[in-house]
Amino acid sequence: MKYQLTFGGLWAYWPDFLAGAWTTIEFTFVATVLGLIIGILGAVARGSSIAWFRILAGAYVELVRNTPFLIQIFFLYFGLASLGVRLPINVAAILAMVVNVGAYSTEIIRAGIEAVHPSQVEAAESLGLSRFQIFRDIILSPALERVYPSLTSQFTLMMLMSSVTSQVSAEELTGAANNIQSITFRSMETYIIVGALYLLLTLLLKTGFWGLGKLIFPRRRRLGTPL
Amino acid sequence: MPTGLNLNYLIYLLQGAGWTVILSALAFVLGGAAGFIVMLGRISRMRWLRFVTLLYVQAIQGIPLLIIIFIIYYGLGILGVSLPPLLAAGIALMVYCSAFLGEIWRGSVEAVPRTQTEAAECLALTRWQSLRDVILPQAIRIATPSTVGFLVQVLKSTSLVSVIGFIELTRAAQVINNTIFQPFAVFGIAGAIYFALCYPISRWSRALERNLNVGRR
Repeated sequence: MKYQLTFGGLWAYWPDFLAGAWTTIEFTFVATVLGLIIGILGAVARGSSIAWFRILAGAYVELVRNTPFLIQIFFLYFGLASLGVRLPINVAAILAMVVNVGAYSTEIIRAGIEAVHPSQVEAAESLGLSRFQIFRDIILSPALERVYPSLTSQFTLMMLMSSVTSQVSAEELTGAANNIQSITFRSMETYIIVGALYLLLTLLLKTGFWGLGKLIFPRRRRLGTPL
Repeated sequence: MPTGLNLNYLIYLLQGAGWTVILSALAFVLGGAAGFIVMLGRISRMRWLRFVTLLYVQAIQGIPLLIIIFIIYYGLGILGVSLPPLLAAGIALMVYCSAFLGEIWRGSVEAVPRTQTEAAECLALTRWQSLRDVILPQAIRIATPSTVGFLVQVLKSTSLVSVIGFIELTRAAQVINNTIFQPFAVFGIAGAIYFALCYPISRWSRALERNLNVGRR
């Protein structure tokens, strides 16, 4: 069988591709911000002196990290629907992404916090810093600086993972592709274009995170140590 | 009238879980073989080969697995090759695993102290001999924890081939849920099966990591 790849017919669908890509960017942005907050809260809970917090946060992390994202999103979306809670599809997609990436961030940030030497905290205490100041300036900030590379690569993975939300018919890039290929029957070409677009998004995201890191960690910039 | 969750459904789910395990093993073995070649390319002395394999790894790691599955599934279709879904799914997962395993193993090979390579050169070992007899035995120790950890990733990734109709655990759960519509029960059980498969491997990977780092504590 002879088959020729023809991309010409897909020109008309550029707005759809771009709209899909933009939705993917929106999902990623919201999930990154919320995931980071959950990650910090989770990491604090895992290191808490209250046993219940430790157990709950630990269970959350293990449950999410040892089950597939697709199952998580089905569980959330169809599960909530069966309870009569009808979330808008984009909200459900972002919710699932946040739950998922929050667990990974918890684990990464916890590792960063554990790497802070206890003597740093003792020094801060002897300087009379308040508990909140110690947490913010002595524990969290250096911890985030240390784990910044793994954290951002986790968020990049999450951007790629957002493609899975198309399975509950979210209209992000992969969802847009599924629609376009079912209209044009140019499935191969559509997915090649979308693959290239994802590659571009990955590149943009990595560059963006790198630039952001340079901006928010001035100490690194001064010392010239790579992120 | 939808009926409840009965034993037949559970058996169907367990059969799906069986396919998940088979598919993971297939992906891991095939992906491991391809990943070894990728690793060789990444540490090659030929600049163009290093560049080509780098591009390959970056491309595969920068495209969602779902899109890779679609491209391979439809791509094989238009080439006129009609493969059983198991093989199409296996190839897609192989491509995905090869990029990640190749990168993990390259890191491990490069983590072996340089003096080992230099000593091997002084003993007039060829490059292949030094890799096989000196570097790899040490690199394997370093690579084991992350390789085992990646196995969890592979198991979870197989859920995505449900989109091309291959009936593994996730697909089986979807089919059952479409019949009885009890999403919490059905996806809860499917999730529990995944957890039962993945959690021991995660623990094992962490234990391996601790053993490896014992000298550096």
